[in-house]
Amino acid sequence: MPLNPKLKKVMVIGSGPIVIGQAAEFDYAGTQACRALKEEGLEVVLVNSNPATIMTDTAMADHIYIEPLTLDFVKRIITLEKPDSLLSTLGGQTGLTLSMELAKEGFLDAHGVTLLGANPETIDRAEDRQCFKSTMESIREPVIPSVITHTLEGALTFARQEGYPVIVRPAFTLGGSGGGIAEDEVSLREIAASGLRQSPITQILVEKSIAGWKEIEFEVMRDSQGNVITVCSMENLDPVGIHTGDSIVTAPALTLADREYQMLRSAALHIIDVMEVEGGCNVQFALHPESYEYAVIEVNPRVSRSSALASKATGYPIARVAAKIAIGYTLEEIENEVTGQTRACFEPTLDYVVVKFPKFPFDKFVYASRGLSTQMKATGEVMAIGRSFEFALMKAIRGAEISHDSLLDKDIRLLNKEELLTKIKAQDDQRIFAVYEALYRGFSIDELHRLTWIDEWFLEKILHLSRLEKAIKTQPLTADFIRELKANGFLTKTIKSLYLEGHGIKETEADFSLLDSFPAYTYKMVDTCGGEFAAQTPYFYSAFDEEDEAAPFLEGRANPRPTILVLGSGPIRIGQGIEFDYASVHCVWALQQAGYEVVIINNNPETVSTDFNTADRLYFEPLTPEDVAPIIALEKPLGVVVAFGGQTAIRLTHWLSEHHIPLLGTSADSIDMAEDRGRFEALLQRLQIRQPKGGTVRTAEEALAAANALGYPVLLRPSYVLGGQNMIIAFSDDDIMEYMGIILSQLENNLVLIDKYIQGTELEVDAICDGEDILIPGIMEHIDRAGIHSGDSIAVYPAWNLSDAQKAKIIDYSARLALALNTKGLINIQYVMHQKQLYVIEVNPRSSRTVPYLSKVTGIPMIDIATQVMLGRKLKDLPYGTGLAKRAAYTAVKVPVFSFEKLSNLDTMLGPEMKSTGEVLGIAPTITEALFKGLLGAGYRFTKKGGIFITVKDSDKAEVGFIAEKFARIGFRLYATAGTAKILREYGLNVTLVHKIHESSQNTLALLESGKVSYIISTSAKGRLPARDSVKVRRKSVELGIPCLTSLDTASSLADILAGDCSADSVSLIDICRL
Amino acid sequence: MDNTIYLQLEDGSCYTGKAFGATLTEDVIAEVVFTTAMTGYVETLTDPSYYGQMVLQTFPLIGNYGVNLLDAESEKIHLSAYLTKEYCDTPSNFRSQMDLHTLLKRNRIPGICGIDTRALTRKIREQGVMNGRLTALPPSTDSSRELSRWKCCDSVAQVTCTAPYLVDNSAWRRHVVLWNFGAKQNIIRRLYSLGCKITVVPSSYSAQQILALKPDGIMLSNGPGDPTDNPEIIRQLSLLCETKIPLFGICLGHQLLALANGARTEKLKFGHRGANQPVKAVETGRIYMTSQNHGYSVVSDSLPEDASLAFINLNDNTCEGIRYNRFPGLSVQFHPEACSGPKDTEYLFQEFMEMMERRI
Repeated sequence: MPLNPKLKKVMVIGSGPIVIGQAAEFDYAGTQACRALKEEGLEVVLVNSNPATIMTDTAMADHIYIEPLTLDFVKRIITLEKPDSLLSTLGGQTGLTLSMELAKEGFLDAHGVTLLGANPETIDRAEDRQCFKSTMESIREPVIPSVITHTLEGALTFARQEGYPVIVRPAFTLGGSGGGIAEDEVSLREIAASGLRQSPITQILVEKSIAGWKEIEFEVMRDSQGNVITVCSMENLDPVGIHTGDSIVTAPALTLADREYQMLRSAALHIIDVMEVEGGCNVQFALHPESYEYAVIEVNPRVSRSSALASKATGYPIARVAAKIAIGYTLEEIENEVTGQTRACFEPTLDYVVVKFPKFPFDKFVYASRGLSTQMKATGEVMAIGRSFEFALMKAIRGAEISHDSLLDKDIRLLNKEELLTKIKAQDDQRIFAVYEALYRGFSIDELHRLTWIDEWFLEKILHLSRLEKAIKTQPLTADFIRELKANGFLTKTIKSLYLEGHGIKETEADFSLLDSFPAYTYKMVDTCGGEFAAQTPYFYSAFDEEDEAAPFLEGRANPRPTILVLGSGPIRIGQGIEFDYASVHCVWALQQAGYEVVIINNNPETVSTDFNTADRLYFEPLTPEDVAPIIALEKPLGVVVAFGGQTAIRLTHWLSEHHIPLLGTSADSIDMAEDRGRFEALLQRLQIRQPKGGTVRTAEEALAAANALGYPVLLRPSYVLGGQNMIIAFSDDDIMEYMGIILSQLENNLVLIDKYIQGTELEVDAICDGEDILIPGIMEHIDRAGIHSGDSIAVYPAWNLSDAQKAKIIDYSARLALALNTKGLINIQYVMHQKQLYVIEVNPRSSRTVPYLSKVTGIPMIDIATQVMLGRKLKDLPYGTGLAKRAAYTAVKVPVFSFEKLSNLDTMLGPEMKSTGEVLGIAPTITEALFKGLLGAGYRFTKKGGIFITVKDSDKAEVGFIAEKFARIGFRLYATAGTAKILREYGLNVTLVHKIHESSQNTLALLESGKVSYIISTSAKGRLPARDSVKVRRKSVELGIPCLTSLDTASSLADILAGDCSADSVSLIDICRL
Repeated sequence: MDNTIYLQLEDGSCYTGKAFGATLTEDVIAEVVFTTAMTGYVETLTDPSYYGQMVLQTFPLIGNYGVNLLDAESEKIHLSAYLTKEYCDTPSNFRSQMDLHTLLKRNRIPGICGIDTRALTRKIREQGVMNGRLTALPPSTDSSRELSRWKCCDSVAQVTCTAPYLVDNSAWRRHVVLWNFGAKQNIIRRLYSLGCKITVVPSSYSAQQILALKPDGIMLSNGPGDPTDNPEIIRQLSLLCETKIPLFGICLGHQLLALANGARTEKLKFGHRGANQPVKAVETGRIYMTSQNHGYSVVSDSLPEDASLAFINLNDNTCEGIRYNRFPGLSVQFHPEACSGPKDTEYLFQEFMEMMERRI
């Protein structure tokens, strides 16, 4: 059936802010879907609260509402826009849940809106645990023995019958939030209680643990005619027990015989058929490793993280095809874009192996629990393609940016046997390295299989890599041996360092001429069909194989144009999120518009940038010198762009300039000048611009001396920072000692910067400079004072407290800095205003986190302009002017969103180290309305009754009375710990005293559990350590879902909104396509 | 020991790799074909339809789950040589009895690994299937010329059974004669599971001999080679078509039945071999994923008037199945018995059962 003629105007709901479990993959899916709809001539209405996405670009839809993803807002938008249909399956769990609620309430029917993609019955059969179980049982697909319960008692009774361990999965939560494995009654009580609280319908599934079974996934598709296909199978290296988002995953499944493979494939197709999904669906199975017994773990009738991975792994555009099916097409009618000759109705076959490797935030969150279980913790992932498993795995590891270029972990190598065993059993993110180490030391495959349940096949491959490491250390580097090492994914750099170490010689004593002259990689095409049909997809991966397909492809182009290489931003992590993918993609488009062919290198399967039709050519590769160099040699680009790929790309600047590879835009020297403390200080002195006093140190002793000279508090950070990684405010010598220990253990040879910490108003500017003029689209002011990382503070556009003179000063400073750094393109400058004095905190001559946000609210296409400037055009010749741009019609706020419920033990107190995973936008005529929308979008629910519990550090006590009074006036009952209560009483407020945890059982935790508290304000001079009272209170708030404010400024803004009369019915809706 | 060996193609190109499986004692010459199936190498190796061919696996990791002889589709390996990127000598599967190398060695079949299998696949795709020579010594360019003259003859006779045998079934409802042109075991397993007792007869059987067995239905098996090499079988088959006994043909059986009814066959450029071939059922419009292994195809335009095209290949629109109206006959080019590959068209065996039901 072709396009359903009744459809004219389709609404798409996006997935909202990036959180753990729901990340950039939905930008990729949403973007593909919007495009697929638009090319059919349909009018597209998009709702998504996340401004950092490509999908919310004005070109992607006809009407775009960056509004909170709540029922109220979506209903208002439907009433206003009157779409005839709603696509439910491309906005992750958020989009699906909202669509289902709208349908079940009868709202869609009442407004004549057809639900596309999946109907409520299908969604229920997949999502409601009871419904899922009975559906599976009715079609004789096995499920794990389980019980669905609304009570703790129900969970305990089941466990007593079936025996421990049991797994708890709450209904309707993202990425399995609130779930876990309970080994005994004590842990079950805790996990089940938390799961019940987090489930919006207070329902959990308790099931018998099948930890250790193989975890296999199938991505399947079905159309309205009942045609079904499997796009891809995937196998988790980590068996059942670790969330698939946290597992190392291969595509296709590698250890299944055809018999098992077909058994599960048939089951997956059977399930999608019975559920009548129209579109894509993910089916997860557990397979007993020594029998044919299997169980269906989960069915997701929508595009998902796994489907994004499957898309990139096979080349099959799942989201696009799902969107086409949703609007009426059959699989047969949809073209296979990859071959251009065949139809979408086929099953891709691979002639390579794909390895996905998760990216965890534990390098930043040193006190967060690293243990992995059924609750996802990874913020992002990388994918690697190779002709062998070893090659792909090694590529994935070095691409994950975890300071590893092999499975050898230097710290783990130092562990004794007991410690190593403990590490392996800990089942954390480093287990793969510990397993490698054990195999290196001669542990048997059987022993490791018993300890980890990782399939022997994978263990053999890891053993193979460890044998190669040993061989490098002892054997001569013959041609055959080098070939073997290269084919197994060893970099030249890695071979050299292991060789020197093993042979006990210096580089000058070794003869590496053969190694250095070894042929580079060849490039193979991802073509969905194992080479059976000629494909034109410009999607390549490196291999150590004979035939190269990229060079002939380049020669075969009809009208070759000059080429520019754009370096992507790698895996999503805290501090480097989807904003950089947004920037990379826009840069690609701007370059194409300017007449260039664009090549992109990136290794993140979740993103728009790694769609094979985003750039002219895609190389799915890690962003390391040895991986990038042969592509540069092959493509011979006119220039390389590093400015949009975050630190991942910036890190390559030095290497690129050493090799005389031209950078487009700001030079390597300028980037260095901004990052190098000494040079930067000299620059500021020359420009007579102030910065907080500070210095550079290398050791703890130097740090102590410097801190005492500057006077506490001081700010400490490594010289190359990413999202405030390892950045802290130290109030004492003890703090310095603790943090220097952590910093020096993680970052060798890294200078540590130490600065006087100034607590003032933080201001931020993103500007474009062409070397002569500067364009400042806007000045942003943070609600939270300096000291909270800019990525975690609420940023308001335009700055609302600045006098004209102050604005002029900021424009002047920004222009002088940009020009002095000889900036060609974007520059981000952070200022702090303290006692009317302006200080520069940081300058980054590159794209920043706020660029997509600012571009959207000002309507100034910043990346596009910056790209043109990088190509040599002048701002004065472009239509956006110079200087500070005219204020836009609306006020906008960017509100951070966190994933605290996924990361146990992590202190939620905000500080100089970034903790947020995503952001939402609030845009409105007034700042109050904008904040209302922003906070609502970020998950605040604006309860106006109950109590507020306040406990603050001494330095906040001067201001807390004023804020507490605001809450009291609205009608909140005040609760406080002794110190804070005293201050509040002195302020004349009525306060109920609450005991600290060790003082009484009627303590703060009991108060929070009582349900009497609607908000918490908690700040403490010391944080981080999970054992501290203040951290326990904040963790409790996360478990209970009570908003906890750790910044007085945000608390004050919240009180103002609560006191005001903003409501979801009254605030204006803004279509950003009509700004 | 240097285990370097060479694969020479008739266009003069040569691929250097490492030997595995049986030691190469003399050169092996065969037609080089590729299969894109990612699993099911045991089934592929033991599929008699690959007789006279050396088979290239496009998926680079072969042997991961070892070998279980219960998965075998016949009692031995019929292909001439096996070509892979990497073979696994440390397999892992609870059913594994031996590794791939051992299976090949026991069957005296040589393998070559470490070659750029994708490059070779692309070459065959562009230039069509060609003959190849696996040799232990670096081949001279001249020697490639004689390769093009090589042709596999009499392949069906090489893979059929020597004598008829009965697969008895205590619960049998129908008696099927399986005319064995190189039948895969799973055809027998499928018929058995549906309540048939099966008499497997050699390809040399005549129509009269078959009819003497009083079958309820006749199954025409898959098999190797050019279908037109079998004029006597085709002649006997045309006699069977007159009897109104239900006929079900798979792969070579499908081609032979078409030839017996006056249709033509042609050689495909590089054939269809894999587990992901989409075919469309013309009558219902439904699309199924199928397992395929064939180098020849029935020319759709050449079907007799009293037959209709039942299935077509969605990739290249070639004939994938025929329904006969003059007599109860159905034949498919693909493998509904799967093994390896998807089971989406297993329902056709049920249809064959119904054909037999209707007649009785």
